[in-house]
Amino acid sequence: MAVMNVNPTRMELTNLKKKLVTARRGHKLLKDKRDELMRRFLELVRENKELRKKVEEAVKRANTHMALSCSNMSDEGLSVALMMPSQKMSIEIKDKNIMSVIVPEYDVKFKTADEGDIYSYGFAFTSGDLDDAVKDFADIMPDMIRLAQTEKTCQLLAAEIEKTRRRVNALEHVMIPDYEDTIKYITMKLEEADRSNTTRLLKIKDMLLKDAHGY
Amino acid sequence: MYKIAVIGDRESVYGFSSIGMEIYPVYSEDEGREKLKSLAGQDYAVIFITEALAEKTQDIIDKYTKETAPAIILIPGVTGNTGQGMSSVLKSIERAVGSALLD
Repeated sequence: MAVMNVNPTRMELTNLKKKLVTARRGHKLLKDKRDELMRRFLELVRENKELRKKVEEAVKRANTHMALSCSNMSDEGLSVALMMPSQKMSIEIKDKNIMSVIVPEYDVKFKTADEGDIYSYGFAFTSGDLDDAVKDFADIMPDMIRLAQTEKTCQLLAAEIEKTRRRVNALEHVMIPDYEDTIKYITMKLEEADRSNTTRLLKIKDMLLKDAHGY
Repeated sequence: MYKIAVIGDRESVYGFSSIGMEIYPVYSEDEGREKLKSLAGQDYAVIFITEALAEKTQDIIDKYTKETAPAIILIPGVTGNTGQGMSSVLKSIERAVGSALLD
């Protein structure tokens, strides 16, 4: 029993009852919000996991090719080949609203019209492994951007779910029971006062009758 | 218009320059921390970071998980996959569910 520090009056009782109704409605709404967020989150996080697995494997493959070309070519040669990339990527962020959580949506733009324009070097002085590596990197790029988007979304949703869950729990396990207990306490206090009043009146009636008629 | 950055040791990030991402090779932990901080403050939408460097800069990365931008995403470097990227996914599940799920 956790009774709040209030005066047991009828006015307090009315106020508390109103608050309890609000708290219950808030609790229901927040619970619905949490459930829906959770559903979306689980969907996304599954996708996130798949994407991550895919990207990690692809990056590993690309890195293998890269390591091979590093060993095949001189350090300077590699630096020169990759020094001036012919492609430039930029990204546009659109805000998406999932249950009032603002999450980013990425839209990739390329500087040159041809997305395939990725080889920034002549093929004469570089090894074939470098071509493979560059091709690998170009292939995984869309997945990497999607991974970034899903992972960020998941992080933001997770933070929001955590917050909502705390609120739901606070309402469910602290606020609402407190209100209920206090309402019960005030009701009992008022009833008690009522009873003692009735008894007193009966008693006084008895005394008055005795005085008047000598019973 | 936002940009994409790749940060980590030289061998791991070099390849990404060819597809038009901006690469920032770093050689020491301190340099990595400084670079990551300054990049996060600029208009980068996504920052890819190698797992090896991410391990040493976890505190900075954690600061940006609640921000909309930038998204700091872990990728494996040439030294191999440490599984840290996957564990960051599991961490966000843990935050949402409230307890660790066995996966």
